[in-house]
Amino acid sequence: MNHDSYSDDYIREILNGVKTIAMVGASPVNVRPSYFAFKYLAQRGYDMIPVNPGHVGKSLLGKPFVASLLEIGRPVDMIDIFRNSSNIMPALDEALKMTPLPKVIWMQLGARDDAAAAKAEAAGLKVVMNRCPKIEYGRLSSEISWMGVNSRTLSSKRAPIPTLGMRLSLNRMSVGGGETTASDRAAKNKSELT
Amino acid sequence: MNDRLPGFSTLAVHAGAQPDPTTGARVTPIYQTTSFVFNDADHAASLFGLQAFGNIYTRITNPTTAVLEERVAALEGGTAALAVASGHAAQVVVLQQLLMPGDEFIAARKLYGGSINQFTHAFKSFGWNVIWADPDDVGSFERAVTPHTKAIFIESIANPAGSITDIEAISAVARKAGLPLIVDNTLATPYLLRPIDHGADIVVHSLTKFLGGHGNSLGGIIVDAGTFDWSKNNKYPMLSEPRPEYHGIKIQETFGNFAFAIACRVLGLRDLGPALSPFNAFLILTGIETLPLRMQKHCENAKAVAEWLSAHPAVAAVSYAGLAGDKYNNLARKYAPRGAGAVFTFSLKGGYEAGVNLVSNLKLFSHLANVGDTRSLVIHPASTTHSQLDDAAKVKSGAAPDVVRLSIGIEDKEDLIADLEQALST
Repeated sequence: MNHDSYSDDYIREILNGVKTIAMVGASPVNVRPSYFAFKYLAQRGYDMIPVNPGHVGKSLLGKPFVASLLEIGRPVDMIDIFRNSSNIMPALDEALKMTPLPKVIWMQLGARDDAAAAKAEAAGLKVVMNRCPKIEYGRLSSEISWMGVNSRTLSSKRAPIPTLGMRLSLNRMSVGGGETTASDRAAKNKSELT
Repeated sequence: MNDRLPGFSTLAVHAGAQPDPTTGARVTPIYQTTSFVFNDADHAASLFGLQAFGNIYTRITNPTTAVLEERVAALEGGTAALAVASGHAAQVVVLQQLLMPGDEFIAARKLYGGSINQFTHAFKSFGWNVIWADPDDVGSFERAVTPHTKAIFIESIANPAGSITDIEAISAVARKAGLPLIVDNTLATPYLLRPIDHGADIVVHSLTKFLGGHGNSLGGIIVDAGTFDWSKNNKYPMLSEPRPEYHGIKIQETFGNFAFAIACRVLGLRDLGPALSPFNAFLILTGIETLPLRMQKHCENAKAVAEWLSAHPAVAAVSYAGLAGDKYNNLARKYAPRGAGAVFTFSLKGGYEAGVNLVSNLKLFSHLANVGDTRSLVIHPASTTHSQLDDAAKVKSGAAPDVVRLSIGIEDKEDLIADLEQALST
């Protein structure tokens, strides 16, 4: 499939469907994006598992670090890979050895490996690249609107007051059909330059 | 559930707004408060560290203002927006993210006189150097690029004469040079023209004009298109390098395609301080709900008045891109097919003297220094908005001494024409 842009429905179905998320490259350093993405997803009710061999023996927000995906010992719905583009493939290979297989491979904002995506899709997994699940959850729920971000969704329903641990509805009306034309152009500009 | 695209008018009414979580109020409430309580110490620290969504202090975010921001971002097709106290404040905040002392930016010579003044004089004390280019000559932008250039700035429909800028041609120059293109879209509004669709990376507005539309509130806004890669070539360290004031966060790495809007908020607005009042945000939001209806009427009236003036024996020339045969008519049909806006100039055969007489004889048009009001407005730019320019610069910017500028309102066009007729025959 085309990974330059995703429809809101595609992202919404993933975020509504998954319950357990293993984050490869989760950091205990509280100013790293992986730390606060992990924290946000945990606060929105996902069962989060931090994966980082450098921090085994420690825990992240009460969840013990594991060294690798193969040491988790229970089914995982989604692997969120917080690594550079060049380090995606080893993490994916490990994910493909898991039983049962995870349903979704998610590569963080800035990370993209088309060969890894093709391999995961060939194994029947869904793939998202170069996106942040925290941003996408915040966008589809409109929680991110507090920062003036265009959620590209509308709703005439009274919004709930978000409290700790609460799942938010992602089923608002989409207005952008996924990415904006400008984002498509940005992706195109980038590929023209490389 | 299918993703579908609602139209512009639906977005103008709904984007960003939702019934209030606490009270169910359908219209966006005015959150007239300086500050917001934290849930606990961890929540406070997360908010201060840019790690959680939520409000701290109205200088940084405010729930009323956030609705305005999302609405304009949606109308412009951007990823995010930041509202500030005025259009001038928007320009300062944008350029503060891009320029260091000693850097340059290229700006079109045809701009609102206040912008010419801000760029020429106020920015000099920051060490930001403006290099002027001619919007009618794309090559002049290309020739102005140096290793110190950090941005290109143009107006989509340019003040005072309502001339149309070839945004795509200048965007090609910007892309080739690796520079962001900033477009001031105040006179067009996204209803007539969406610069991001034509290659703009950043859009700025004076909300004071057609977006607010009622002449009652100052405001400005910055829209991030999400199109520019700020981390290339290390040219934009505010976005690409670790920020010491946020524990080493890199803004682009953390916020992706809305990083510029976040930088403007947390490095610009937070530290420079030109926050929009929530009350102004509310008034402007209310104005935007009728933007499509108002712009249709503004443009219809402007065209009728421009046509009438161009047939009047006392009139030497009318500069309105919506007129067949105008120098900018082809560009207007390409970029603003719904209408060429409602701000334009004309000159009288009687020169400066006749212009001054006209202004003082008008009874319905208001003589004041604003545009984009429901009311029709008139001004003599050479002695007011463009008075700080020397004579040569006045002519180059379209504000020659014999030029009168009109901003056509949404009254009945017959009444506007009757007022001009009596004033011209007095």
